[in-house]
Amino acid sequence: MDYSWNFDIISRSWDLLLLGLANSVYLTAASFVLGLPLGLALALARLSRRKALSGLAGWYVDFFRATPSLVQLYWFYFALPQILNVQIEPGTAALLTLTLLSSAFVAEIFRGGIASLDKGQWDGARAIGMSYAQAMRRVILPQAIKRMIPIFLERAIELFKTSTIASVISFPELLFAAQDLAARSYRSLEVYSVVALIFMVTLISLSQITRRLELRLARSGETTTS
Amino acid sequence: MPEAIRAEKLFKSFGDQQVLAGIDLSVEVGETVVVLGASGSGKSTLLRCMNFLELPTGGRIYLHGNLVGTPLGNQADAKMKYAEPNLQRVRAKVGMVFQHFNLFPHMSVLHNIMEGQVTVLRRSRAQAESRARELLAKVGLADKADSYPANLSGGQQQRTAIARALAMDPEVMLFDEVTSALDPELVGEVLRVMRALREEGMTMIIVTHELGFAYHAADRIVFMDAGRVYEEGHPHDILIAPKRERTRQFLEGHNQFRLPEAGPLVASEQT
Ligand SMILES: Nc1ncnc2c1ncn2[C@@H]1O[C@H](COP(=O)(O)OP(=O)(O)O)[C@@H](O)[C@H]1O
Ligand SMILES: [Mg+2]
Repeated sequence: MDYSWNFDIISRSWDLLLLGLANSVYLTAASFVLGLPLGLALALARLSRRKALSGLAGWYVDFFRATPSLVQLYWFYFALPQILNVQIEPGTAALLTLTLLSSAFVAEIFRGGIASLDKGQWDGARAIGMSYAQAMRRVILPQAIKRMIPIFLERAIELFKTSTIASVISFPELLFAAQDLAARSYRSLEVYSVVALIFMVTLISLSQITRRLELRLARSGETTTS
Repeated sequence: MPEAIRAEKLFKSFGDQQVLAGIDLSVEVGETVVVLGASGSGKSTLLRCMNFLELPTGGRIYLHGNLVGTPLGNQADAKMKYAEPNLQRVRAKVGMVFQHFNLFPHMSVLHNIMEGQVTVLRRSRAQAESRARELLAKVGLADKADSYPANLSGGQQQRTAIARALAMDPEVMLFDEVTSALDPELVGEVLRVMRALREEGMTMIIVTHELGFAYHAADRIVFMDAGRVYEEGHPHDILIAPKRERTRQFLEGHNQFRLPEAGPLVASEQT
């Protein structure tokens, strides 16, 4: 193969890639942060003794976990505007899709975290007269969340990768910026190689942080009992 | 003495398994009642029903003569309706200590003892802290206020749990095998705290397998079998001269291997 590599286009347009990366980070961070309270609300609904509420929340979670995210995005970008009869910006549609998607996954993490706590913690809290809400807020959630932090970060990494779907509706995140550059320069090999590298470096650093956090949490003594 | 707490024809079933089959138990203010019985006889369930960690499926509980809950009808055996906020007030007044401590591992010892005071009783943090320190001194843990449960011995954790329950100023204290998970050398420090409470006039219902403690600390012993009160009476009558078969078998099992001249029961084995 006598392909001659040429990275001129990258060095000339790195600011576009950087802007794309910034948009990707924004999209991921915003939808993840918005998805957290929504996910917690869903988890509490699923754990509720009211059958209708927990059924509805279960249906929501299943829907977002069992349909391709690209289909969800198309639905919010192309189908929803027809119902509402308004134009939806690509950024809004992408943010909406990823937030709801993330909340569904986060809900399952919350639910698992809450369920994993020893039943004795509920006993201890209720025996001093705490209500369900007080026990949840003061005793159960603080412990559950601490255990869930590494899993949350893993989810954020997944979400970052999923956020590339926004490129198909022309939201200028990293992959979209790359497509644009590749099309204009005919340098697909260089552009996509560099973009893959950028994703890899970003996500590996993020997972390093996760690993370190896990170690720190493990060392913080919560795991020993006597 | 007036009555502190009373269970009347108490029934509890889990699914179709009946665990409590009509318990009558009345405890006077300042009285210490020790509940004995084989594993699975319903001792824990009885305690958990008395502070409504489990809802009884039949019967009534009275706290200082006041019926807890509302009967759904006029008959004496009408089903009861329980409102959760009402039960929370009852639980705050009926303290409970568990076999496995159930301390909050993410809070320091001090905060474990302050938590209920602040969240449930709405005491100020300053008030709660001074009460917590007072109780820590009382259970001999004044120097452990800032430790976390994970860094305490089992005995220290259990004394913290007792202080946490006492911080609510309970009218009755329930103890469910609170020394069963402890290394033998740590049992004494917990039993001493309980004895001190008895001397202060605390009303207590204690489930334990420490027969020596039961003999010395109980005003009355209740022996449970298959979800019923099988035999009850003065510690000497129940522990030394039980009248009924099951009680005798239970005590024989407990006393089979004993040091010579070790305990209070030694001179007077059963017939
Ligand atoms: N939450 C529960 N669900 C189902 N069965 C239970 C529950 N709690 C206790 N039981 C059953 O009730 C019986 C009595 O248990 P328990 O009150 O713990 O007895 P004890 O404390 O005397 O050993 C046991 O057979 C136990 O399996
Ligand atoms: Mg038990």
